[in-house]
Amino acid sequence: MGTAAVIIASLCFLQRLLMPKYAADVVEGALIAEYYGEEKDHDVIFIGDCEVYENFSPAVLWRDYGINSYIRGSAQQLIWQSYYLLEDTLRYEKPRAVIFNVLAMQYNEPQREAYNRMTLEGMRWSLSKAAAIRASMTEEEHFLEYVFPLLRYHSRWSELGKADVAYLLDTPKVSHNGYYMRVDVKPAEHVPEGRILADYRFGENAWDYMDRITALCRDNDIRLILVKAPSLYPYWYDQWEEQIEGYAAENDLLYINFLELQEETGLDFSTDTYDAGLHLNLSGAEKITAYLGEVLQREAGLADRRGEEVLTRVWEEKIAAYEQEKTEQYERLK
Amino acid sequence: MLFTSYAFLGFLATLFLLYYLVPGRFQWKLLLAASYLFYFAAGPAWLLYILATTVTTYFAALRIEDMGRRQKAYIKANKDQLSKEEKKAYKDRIKSGQWRWLLACLLFNLGILAVVKYTNFAISNVNGLLRAVGSARQFGFWDIALPMGISFYTFQALGYLIDVYRGTVEAERNPGRLALFVSFFPQLIQGPISRFGDLAQSLFAEHGFDGKRFNYGLERILWGYFKKLVIADRILTGVNAIIRDTGTYRGAYVFVGMLFYALELYADFTGGIDITIGIAQSLGIGVKENFRRPYFSKSVKEYWRRWHITMGTWFTDYIFYPISVCKPMLKFSRFARAHFGECIGKRAPVYLSSFAVWLATGIWHGASWNFVVWGLGNWVILMVSQELEPLYARFHGRFRVQGSWWFKLFQVVRTVLLMSCLRTFDCYRDVPLTFRMFGTLFTEGNWHILWDGSLLGLGLSVVDYGVLLAGLALLVTVSLLQRSGSVRDRIAAKPYPVRFLVWYGLFLAVLLAGAYGIGYDASQFIYNQF
Amino acid sequence: MEELLEILKDLHPEVDFGICDSLIDDKILDSFDIVSIIAEINDRFDITVTAEKITPQNFNSARALYALIQELEDEE
Repeated sequence: MGTAAVIIASLCFLQRLLMPKYAADVVEGALIAEYYGEEKDHDVIFIGDCEVYENFSPAVLWRDYGINSYIRGSAQQLIWQSYYLLEDTLRYEKPRAVIFNVLAMQYNEPQREAYNRMTLEGMRWSLSKAAAIRASMTEEEHFLEYVFPLLRYHSRWSELGKADVAYLLDTPKVSHNGYYMRVDVKPAEHVPEGRILADYRFGENAWDYMDRITALCRDNDIRLILVKAPSLYPYWYDQWEEQIEGYAAENDLLYINFLELQEETGLDFSTDTYDAGLHLNLSGAEKITAYLGEVLQREAGLADRRGEEVLTRVWEEKIAAYEQEKTEQYERLK
Repeated sequence: MLFTSYAFLGFLATLFLLYYLVPGRFQWKLLLAASYLFYFAAGPAWLLYILATTVTTYFAALRIEDMGRRQKAYIKANKDQLSKEEKKAYKDRIKSGQWRWLLACLLFNLGILAVVKYTNFAISNVNGLLRAVGSARQFGFWDIALPMGISFYTFQALGYLIDVYRGTVEAERNPGRLALFVSFFPQLIQGPISRFGDLAQSLFAEHGFDGKRFNYGLERILWGYFKKLVIADRILTGVNAIIRDTGTYRGAYVFVGMLFYALELYADFTGGIDITIGIAQSLGIGVKENFRRPYFSKSVKEYWRRWHITMGTWFTDYIFYPISVCKPMLKFSRFARAHFGECIGKRAPVYLSSFAVWLATGIWHGASWNFVVWGLGNWVILMVSQELEPLYARFHGRFRVQGSWWFKLFQVVRTVLLMSCLRTFDCYRDVPLTFRMFGTLFTEGNWHILWDGSLLGLGLSVVDYGVLLAGLALLVTVSLLQRSGSVRDRIAAKPYPVRFLVWYGLFLAVLLAGAYGIGYDASQFIYNQF
Repeated sequence: MEELLEILKDLHPEVDFGICDSLIDDKILDSFDIVSIIAEINDRFDITVTAEKITPQNFNSARALYALIQELEDEE
């Protein structure tokens, strides 16, 4: 008995020690897990890849529209991962609207192990997580290595750093309701054309999960809104646009393509991006979020909740942290 | 299902549990089912091969034994009526009948092995010949995968058959039991090649759970995984780097590669055998040892008595002796003695039959000229050292160095180096390339790479070298300790906390320092904007 | 027996074949020795020792080997 306790305790400790501490360097890997610490009473849930968590700011939705939202985004989040994250979210709460960024439709098969890890490791265990893992694994991966990440990271002992000790028990917050803030600027100058593809049709598997997301929202009385973030790259093909427009019309879904809304949002790619058009910086994100808030209010009929006392207090704190990081980041730029 | 897969560990754990839960008389049946499941998982179609071998040896053995029994009964019944000559004639007739059955079964099974293993080798040689005579005609290769473990189970089955023919074991009447003997899963992939007489009793017996024995088995398995995962699979990176880029890695690198490969092969092969024997022991089954610290051998001859022992004795018993004492050979020996003198006449049987053995050993290891040359290289070394024996004796008569530790060390190092040199044939693509690469050892003059940090360019980091050195140190320590008795006995005598630390330490070493899985590559995680 | 001991003595003068009963188990005789011994006794005793008779039991001691020779002589 004592032996078993020693073994289990030491293995748990080793696992915790050896798992990468995303919060220290690759913060994108820490986003998914942060959700579980939240008060779960959101009006809007975002799902999708970097085009959601770098481009929309829940703080603005609250500040300007009284909408309580959260982004369950992660790096290269594949559409089946979005679906299962939504399933996972529904175990805790039922938002009024879900916003899905359609760029992920481009992938029909599992892509890269590293990104799978960043999306899946943060999820709490549930059937949804198990299904997400099974749907995402590349050939070299093994389910057991998700159950016991120690098997995956066993050789990291030779690369342990300060962060591994510092964040052993406590992980600092890296996002603002899932939003990853960047204030630096790198203007978009030359945007490459998309290379020619052999086939512009989205894959069967991707469509299948699109259908499942639509059905899941319908069954739960959730308004599903499709968006395409204004990122200039990865290239968004006209052929892709047609397919999404068709799908949205067919299923009676609202679809907002921010690429076509530069004038309306006032987005300026010489100041509003931190990596030459791939992702927006804070200024860009706030601009398009302002636009989105208006649409949500108008189209989804989301009420202004700024009168709710408890929620307001929570957000006061959040906005303070948001403003503080903003200031700090600008300071660092100087 | 590789030994190093998660699936295999699950398979093993389930088997252990069931094995000690089912009634004893079902235990061997469970093992048979498990073995066939193991084989099925590797390749469903391959079951046909192993079944063909099992069925043919089963019936041939029964037939041979029944003929022998009938002969004995007949002679006993007619003891008084038959003259000595008649008895002998009858015996000879039966013997030749048995011989025909033996031969048919041997040819059938060796035929299967030859066809699946050597067809493409034969085609490539024919193609080479055709090219050499200027013909444009070339034959396509046969797309066939070698059934798992076929070299091992074929030899094991044929050894059984020959033993029945020789009357050293009784034929197995239960086809299921024979099927288990042929397919026993822990030894399917890389041996040892067990003899029916050694294995049968414990394989089919009922085994109650014995904590100590089970524990010893698990320890052995863990030790096997340590050798395989921590040492062999780690150094493999370095071996592959060297042998795959023959343009860059020449000269001293070839030497480094030889040493790396010596360690890799040892850790991989003996580790696998440790796992095999450990599994068998956990099940209460005694599988013969296949290695006895071979790198401590003082001569090549000794080395071959200590390395892959069951293969060596198989070749000795079933090829070397039959050839060297058969009538034509003895006749030839007499003839040679009469015409070429005592010296050559006496040696002829030994030289010729060991030539056959090493040719067979070489070709058994793999279907390529590399292995033929490797096998015959061993033969040359063995014969030369045999001939030099009188010289050694004179040397030792004059200089009293035998027995001194440094001379022993010299002998051990010499043996390891000799074997490592020969094994370069294992590594390079073809024979000419191997000779060329070996030649660069003496022409390249780049020995500075041993200390100028170049060795870090082989895909092995400082950490890897550290782990390898620590692993090697443990390996050597255990081997040294083994000379004076079982290491597991010593551990068992220690108080529980010490035992626990040893086991758990070894387990953690495998878990953390094992070269398995995808491996954490920090660069993979650097976000590249998608 | 005397003749057999002589053959053995020729091969390994350092071994006391009268006493030793672990010639194979202790690896005193190797496979080359065994082949030489068989060639000799085949000649001298006019018998045929076939490969199946080469077992540790038959070659572990001079006495066992002598018993084998006698058995084969009877059969001839």
